[in-house]
Amino acid sequence: MKISMTVNGKTMSGEAEGRTLLSTFLREELGLTGTHIGCDTSQCGACTVHVDGKQVKSCTMFAAEADGAEVATIEGQANADGTLNKVQQAFQDHHGLQCGFCTPGMVMAAVSLLETNAKPSEAEIREHLQGNICRCTGYHNIVKAIMAASGQEVPAVAAE
Amino acid sequence: MPKDGIGASTKRREDIRFLTGTGRYTDDINLAKQLHVHFLRADVAHATINGIDTSAADSMPGVARIFTAKDFDGVGGLPCGWQVTDKHGQPMQEPKHPILAEGKIRHVGEIVAAVVADTVEQARDAAEAIELDLTELPAVIDMKKAVADASVKVHDDLTSNLCYDWGFVEENKAAVEDAFAKAAHVTTLELKNNRLVANPMEPRVAVGDFTAHDGMSTLYTTSQNPHVIRLLMGAFVLGIPEHKLRVVAPDVGGGFGTKIFHYAEEAFCTFAAKQLKRPVKWTSTRSEAFMSDAHGRDHVTKIELALDADNNFTAIRTETYANMGAYLSTFAPSVPTWLHGTLMAGNYRTPVIYVNVKAVFTNTVPVDAYRGAGRPEATYQLERLIDQAARELKVSPVDLRRQNFIKPDQFPYATPVAVEYDTGNYDATLDKALDLADAAGFEARAADSKSRGKLRGFGVANYIEACGIAPSNLVGQLGARAGLYESATVRVNATGGIVVMTGSHSHGQGHETTFPQVIADMIGIGADQVEIVHGDTANTPMGMGTYGSRSLAVGGSAMVRAAEKVINKAKKIAAHIMEASDSDIELKDGQFTVAGTDKSLAWGDVTLAAYVPHNYPLEDLEPGLEETAFYDPSNFTYPAGTYICEVEVDPDTGKIDVLNFTAADDFGNVVNPMIVEGQVHGGVGQGIGQAMLENCAYDEDGQLLSASYMDYAMPRAADLPMITVDHSCQTPCTHNPLGVKGCGEAGAIGSPPALVNAVLDALNRNGHDIAHIDMPLTPSRVWQAMNK
Ligand code: FES
Ligand code: FES
Repeated sequence: MKISMTVNGKTMSGEAEGRTLLSTFLREELGLTGTHIGCDTSQCGACTVHVDGKQVKSCTMFAAEADGAEVATIEGQANADGTLNKVQQAFQDHHGLQCGFCTPGMVMAAVSLLETNAKPSEAEIREHLQGNICRCTGYHNIVKAIMAASGQEVPAVAAE
Repeated sequence: MPKDGIGASTKRREDIRFLTGTGRYTDDINLAKQLHVHFLRADVAHATINGIDTSAADSMPGVARIFTAKDFDGVGGLPCGWQVTDKHGQPMQEPKHPILAEGKIRHVGEIVAAVVADTVEQARDAAEAIELDLTELPAVIDMKKAVADASVKVHDDLTSNLCYDWGFVEENKAAVEDAFAKAAHVTTLELKNNRLVANPMEPRVAVGDFTAHDGMSTLYTTSQNPHVIRLLMGAFVLGIPEHKLRVVAPDVGGGFGTKIFHYAEEAFCTFAAKQLKRPVKWTSTRSEAFMSDAHGRDHVTKIELALDADNNFTAIRTETYANMGAYLSTFAPSVPTWLHGTLMAGNYRTPVIYVNVKAVFTNTVPVDAYRGAGRPEATYQLERLIDQAARELKVSPVDLRRQNFIKPDQFPYATPVAVEYDTGNYDATLDKALDLADAAGFEARAADSKSRGKLRGFGVANYIEACGIAPSNLVGQLGARAGLYESATVRVNATGGIVVMTGSHSHGQGHETTFPQVIADMIGIGADQVEIVHGDTANTPMGMGTYGSRSLAVGGSAMVRAAEKVINKAKKIAAHIMEASDSDIELKDGQFTVAGTDKSLAWGDVTLAAYVPHNYPLEDLEPGLEETAFYDPSNFTYPAGTYICEVEVDPDTGKIDVLNFTAADDFGNVVNPMIVEGQVHGGVGQGIGQAMLENCAYDEDGQLLSASYMDYAMPRAADLPMITVDHSCQTPCTHNPLGVKGCGEAGAIGSPPALVNAVLDALNRNGHDIAHIDMPLTPSRVWQAMNK
């Protein structure tokens, strides 16, 4: 069947079977490979996107369910002039990524957190990231990056 | 010195693509007319295959072809890269490791048939229509049973389930026995190093391609070492010469060891693409990853420490059962031997040591290197044992360690387990860690915990590891079937920009940022003028790749050597142009000057002259400015440090809270502190995962019980604390040009014993008498130990 949705502000459409997941549709049909697939039990969060403004693991929904929806993915996060948005920039500034595989999901989760909680505590950040696994960073610098993106003081990276 | 040279926390340039969704991982690669493969994997651990009926599946929609073992007649098995010699001087038992199961299934997840179709869904649907005729056999899972009882063998053509019985150092055995006979005190521990799954977040992917016009095979794969895959797959499996085979490992989403090895799926996709004349792609699901990525650890050990009446260590003796799984993965035999036995001296002056390792075949997924590989197992045993000895002797575990340290003036220090530590200062990292962890304030914090009904504990562990793998001639004597040098080509362009082609591979380590920092420092130009190329055998020199914390120590050294050659040649060109002698030319801040004069030339003027050689010493010097170096280290490097963990245990539930974690490491010189600290954070995260959460479990029939993130507990953000990291105690490596040691594995090595020691401290100082609890220290295990 033909599915259409607004992705990062643009109308896009493609073919999907009933069983096609939104994550697969974004990657394979729309060529938006920034959204990653890290598991098959909806537990890693690498596939996190926003659907109609809500943070969603795109492997937990069928593409057909997102027909007509507004979808935001990592590809649409940078500022209009191509510079990194404040969450992306904070991830770079604070070394919040290593291999980069969990990163799109982490950024989408962080953006969503800051929309509802402008100044989250460390505990609130860790709580919010419960659905996103990172194997590289031990989360230390991800937590720091999100604190920094929310305008809170964090000790400088590499304090020496 | 440029602002982004050695020592600067330069931000990572690779982050831009990863943060904007424009990274190019293997699964992002799709080739025209590509087919997809779905592997039908065994769901039993041990069985005879009587027949595979694909007749219904063959004609299913979209199916291009179904492969079984008979299609691989004449194709080699997956090679093992290391041959261990046992204590009797005999080579290890080495079974064939077929691409697809041949006649027998030996572990859950082994590939029985491969369905290639137009889409993944069609391939999966067709696989369901394949009929297997199997006779199930009893499975061999427990290592000790596998050795004691040979009635069920994993491999019928081997004499037993024992791969090798290794004694190290065999000549020390009598002296060790003697020291134990004379000991004033002996401490013994039996412990397990839990089986783990590395779980890089990117599952493995392979895309095979064959282009008829030039007869080239290309494999895109999630690998830490594309040249190694090209060599193993080309020469030993498929018989494709290296000049007809290209292996590309683009952005790779984490490795941690498990993407070193050559896997059946890689060989399959390359082979099938050539057969079918169309690209063939495989993307692992996470469930497949659990049953096909090589697992890690899985040792069962008895370790004993002999001490004299003054509490000096006099001998160590160990007996370890190490699981190999059903087949030998690429470097599996080296992990419990040369990467483990050689580290059993730890940071201490134990005069004699004997290590016995029995490597065992079982009906489980192959086990191979995972972050630290052998060194975490050695460190864990030793650091748990010393804590227990201190408890039995009623002395401080810190004092007992310090008393037995190799002291700073004793380097270079030859251990009784065949390695020579070049530098170190273990007192310094211990002092630093105790200070950062506020050891002095611990009793007050413990009293506060007690007032809240919680048990607080403080755990210390030291570690040493051998990195910078490795001197080729040495590892050759030890059974390695490969050299372990690294390579780099430094290509200077006419206008002065530089491309470094390296055999090292980055899958999260940040080489694209750190390697240019080194070149910028050497020449005095901006790091942004240097580009790193890696991960493609077509445009990088033969290299051994990234593992064992070797990239900067070995790959970086190769790059330095190549850059030195470039600089020497550039100085000759500059000398010619400025009519001076070579030896008077200095290069600083990107300017060549003649000593004692005001003559100078910019870097770009000289590089231009190299490619536009009008005023040029053509009789003596070739045009161009490009050099390659291969660097073979003369020794391992020996990073070391002290890790301290502080926990609170809830006595009602056994739940552990990690309150503070401190890592004081000696990595020698540091190129990018930000990246080094990130490596330690990640390693500690995995080590805490091993100690508290992660466990790869089989039932006695060989069913994998932990085959998804529902059952295998990965550390999540709320499980881990902020981590205090320090690397200011630096004793630079004496034998590589950068004085660096390697930082990738330390975190995963030092943290498990620190955490377990902290928990046992919490329990024992609060009235319990518990010698040991096996990892992972789940609430139920801790509670049961407290309520026995
Ligand atoms: S791929 Fe969606 S949660 Fe893992
Ligand atoms: S950066 Fe590699 S998984 Fe998070």
